[in-house]
Amino acid sequence: MSREKYNMSQYLKTIFDKKPYEIATNEKDDLLLREMNELHEFHSKNCKEYKSICRALGISEGEFNSLKEFPMLPVSIFKELDIKSIKDEDVVRILYSSGTTSMKKSKIYLDAMTSANQTKALTTIVNDFIGKNRIPMIIVDSRSTITNKNNFSARAAGIVGMLTFGKDYFYLLKDDDTLDITGLEVFLDKYGSQPIIIFGFTFMVWKYLYQELIKTKNSQVKINLKDKLNNAVLIHSGGWKKLLNEKVDNITFKNILKEELGIKKVHNFYGMVEQVGSVFMECEEGYFHTSNFSEVLIRNHLDWSVEENGKEGIIEVISVLPQSYPGNVLLTEDIGVIHGVDDCKCKRMGKYFTVKGRVEKAEVRGCSDTYELKEVQNYV
Amino acid sequence: MNNEDKLKEIFSSSLGIKLDDIKENLKYHSIPQWDSIAHMTLVAAIDDAFGTMLDTDDVINLSSFDKAKEILKKYGVDF
Repeated sequence: MSREKYNMSQYLKTIFDKKPYEIATNEKDDLLLREMNELHEFHSKNCKEYKSICRALGISEGEFNSLKEFPMLPVSIFKELDIKSIKDEDVVRILYSSGTTSMKKSKIYLDAMTSANQTKALTTIVNDFIGKNRIPMIIVDSRSTITNKNNFSARAAGIVGMLTFGKDYFYLLKDDDTLDITGLEVFLDKYGSQPIIIFGFTFMVWKYLYQELIKTKNSQVKINLKDKLNNAVLIHSGGWKKLLNEKVDNITFKNILKEELGIKKVHNFYGMVEQVGSVFMECEEGYFHTSNFSEVLIRNHLDWSVEENGKEGIIEVISVLPQSYPGNVLLTEDIGVIHGVDDCKCKRMGKYFTVKGRVEKAEVRGCSDTYELKEVQNYV
Repeated sequence: MNNEDKLKEIFSSSLGIKLDDIKENLKYHSIPQWDSIAHMTLVAAIDDAFGTMLDTDDVINLSSFDKAKEILKKYGVDF
């Protein structure tokens, strides 16, 4: 019997009913395992590519006994193949990864249920950090980034996803990518010193909210930014590649934003277009956290065994949200390390970890080789 | 103007659609005009017109014209 549509299981209901960081790992692993087995069965029946990949990996049918047994798909597979577990007519949205024109982009197919669950999960997670009330919002980008419908980038999708948490939006950049200093002064005169939320991509925040703003601050900005941004919460994402080239890491980033702009609350989040919604937010202690919807494993890059906590390796991300495409278990191209489980000082349950950087090119090729992607494609 | 008509006017101007096209079962993402960006314009217009401050849960639950009425009733707006 082949199920055509994925129904909300009792496990997923429980996962959604609880607060996002209140389930201790023992209980959560059990819930996730049950839900993941349902998803694996569903994708095996409804996505022939997924079934072929499992077969190519020598995975026999039946249930898995632990989360580490599920087949990991390399994130790059969504660039190579068009894969989904739903009918064409049920696709409501396609997400594309960012990437230069020469690079292939990931293509992620969403149906109404997956899309709604992603939004719900993201809201639950972010609310845990900033509360349910929508507050005035500064977007470190230009309005044209989200209104250009011909080129709706991952950056645009990220911004639009965050609009839910704000109101009275102010875009820091004009359409020509210069700072709107007058607009900023008007906004901060009105709302400054109240809680406000600032959202932007990590490199945009660094380049514009810090570098450009500081350059013009003394000559042009009449208001005291440090006073006005005292109660601001900054949420940012998108990766550190550009900043690491300038030797700026997360600690430097936070110190400078605090000293120069008075922004004390800064939360980075780790997430990817292949698993939208179940993002890993950085807590007050500086660690990314798994939520009810997600799990993280660290893999040894030589034999793919699971590394113990404290050891570096390649990050595997698990999310229960993808139903319309088989993206529940992904091998990323990032190196990370788990620092502990259920005992972070921030009081949130779950694993907490940091990301150290990208996997070297040779190792990425190693990942694909191990997974014999080319052969998998032949199967498909 | 009663609240029903007021809400219809808001949907019409925020989404850029005709009043006649607004039915009880008009759903989020069911027409190209009601996309994620227009959704936030709609939420802001509702807050302005009814003096409410919808929270993030309301924003994601506001998935149809009918649902908008249901949410506003919670804030004491009669239909």
